[in-house]
Amino acid sequence: MKIIVCAKQVPDTTEIKINPQTGTLIRDGVPSIMNPDDKGGLELALQLKEQFNAHVTIITMGPPQADAILREALALGVDRAILLTDRKFAGADTLATSNALAGALRNLEYDLIIAGRQAIDGDTAQVGPQIAELLDIPQVTYLEDLKYDGDKTLTIRRQTEEGYQVLETGMPCLVTVLASAYHARYMPVKGIVEAYNRDVETWGFENITVDESKLGLKGSPTRVHKAFTKGVKGAGEQFEVDADEAVGIIISRLKQKFLI
Amino acid sequence: MDNAAYKDIYVFAEQRGGKIQGIALELLGKARDLATVTAQQVVAVLAGYQVTDKANELIAYGADKVIVVDDAVLADYLTEPYTQALAGVIKQYKPSVVLIGATTIGRDLGPRLSARVTTGLTADCTRLEVGEEGELLMTRPAFGGNLMATIVSKEHRPQMTTVRPGVMQKAERDDSRKGEVEILKVNFDVSKFKVKLVQQVKADKGLLDIADAKILVSGGRGVNSAENFEKLKQLAQVLGAEVSASRAMVDAGVIPHERQVGQTGKTVRPDLYIACGISGAIQHLAGMEESGYIIAVNKDKYAPIFQVADLGIVGDVNKIIPLLADRLQKELNK
Repeated sequence: MKIIVCAKQVPDTTEIKINPQTGTLIRDGVPSIMNPDDKGGLELALQLKEQFNAHVTIITMGPPQADAILREALALGVDRAILLTDRKFAGADTLATSNALAGALRNLEYDLIIAGRQAIDGDTAQVGPQIAELLDIPQVTYLEDLKYDGDKTLTIRRQTEEGYQVLETGMPCLVTVLASAYHARYMPVKGIVEAYNRDVETWGFENITVDESKLGLKGSPTRVHKAFTKGVKGAGEQFEVDADEAVGIIISRLKQKFLI
Repeated sequence: MDNAAYKDIYVFAEQRGGKIQGIALELLGKARDLATVTAQQVVAVLAGYQVTDKANELIAYGADKVIVVDDAVLADYLTEPYTQALAGVIKQYKPSVVLIGATTIGRDLGPRLSARVTTGLTADCTRLEVGEEGELLMTRPAFGGNLMATIVSKEHRPQMTTVRPGVMQKAERDDSRKGEVEILKVNFDVSKFKVKLVQQVKADKGLLDIADAKILVSGGRGVNSAENFEKLKQLAQVLGAEVSASRAMVDAGVIPHERQVGQTGKTVRPDLYIACGISGAIQHLAGMEESGYIIAVNKDKYAPIFQVADLGIVGDVNKIIPLLADRLQKELNK
């Protein structure tokens, strides 16, 4: 079984703050991390490696410093790591990103492609399904659990609003994983040391199979028209009244805000 | 691409088990606004099996036309049959705009569809407006809600977006509205159907991750006891909410750690956060201040929680919350 994990390096958005004077994002000092859902996906891959001797490759598209999450994956036990980086990929929206990644995946062997459900910087949840479409393979998103019969069939639990679906599929296929489903293991100290002695392959445009017009800003159907912060919120209204009146105020506000 | 050939505002009318979902009606409400500004029609796309009789409901909520794809392969939501159905509609009718709910169905279908018809897709929009040239301005939160971005699709059609549930307002139902119903026959390529549905399970909602909850009722030190915390659970039940807590309640063993909000717990961003007896230490605020609407109830009128609250009530949480649960229950039973 050959597995490819698609991962992204993201700023830890829980650490981003807004400057109250200027209303702009403070990005300085915000740590970069492996996207949590992708880390869940990596853990699923490592479990399949242990159980079925799967070969695991991790690929990320990003600037050269995205190398850090590949080293982390090597320390955790992946077999091969690829950094997809090229100026031609810059400014890509989700579809252009998916075109680049699909272009790389066309030149790799896989039975199962694992991605995170969504990245915490964009929250779009689009790249996984778009890659699956571009490669013409089936997808299962919002994966909570995966069982492999050791032969041809994957049985997958997919989260829904009301509960879950149980789905069956063959391979090749692409799944997107929830961070809450697979808790990432800790890096062994020995692994960390070894990770820096191992090779990370760097791939550029010349290594992938895709039409150049589909990449980067040029290949992006969407554009950011403008970006702005919501601004700093002022304190709201405050009431010091008896319990009965307080409850009346709460209910009226919930109605005004369409929350009930 | 000849953008002028693309017209009208299409809404994916999500149904589950033959029941039209609230998000479909919300999208129709917004589509009506957009259609009025741009002098276009609102078209609902209803895909499913034995659902044709639901078309009138969509007209009553604002559709001028309903395109129905009714086929046994669409009985339950699966990516490939639904993508084929929607791609069929787009290729045949050339919509200017396609709106899809950002549900677990819409967020599975939308990106697959966008790649198939080669157009952009904006994710989880919270605001939709018409720009100067008639283009759709799609605004969405990014960077964990810290930044808002307005997205446009200048050269590609349709202009597609998923829209966050609970944000747009549905129109009043009007059964006297008239509209057209058109049945579209799609020739499905069943050789591409590689995922099989084995089981559909409705699970206990109590297991939901608090980070995914739309409404949180959260308790802190002021709640004071496990017994009082039960009152919060009752309120949560009435609201269809989850319960969470500040560190004090977790340390007291009243609630497990996975329900802790804050720096050492989880960051949450529900539409509604009700802070009950939480003073609002900085570590707690960091985990919830981006919530859509914050209500705080606390005895101490100088508690820091009031600085982030949209509505602050100074009072005894253990009196107010049970009363609120009672009155809301009566309100919702009306």
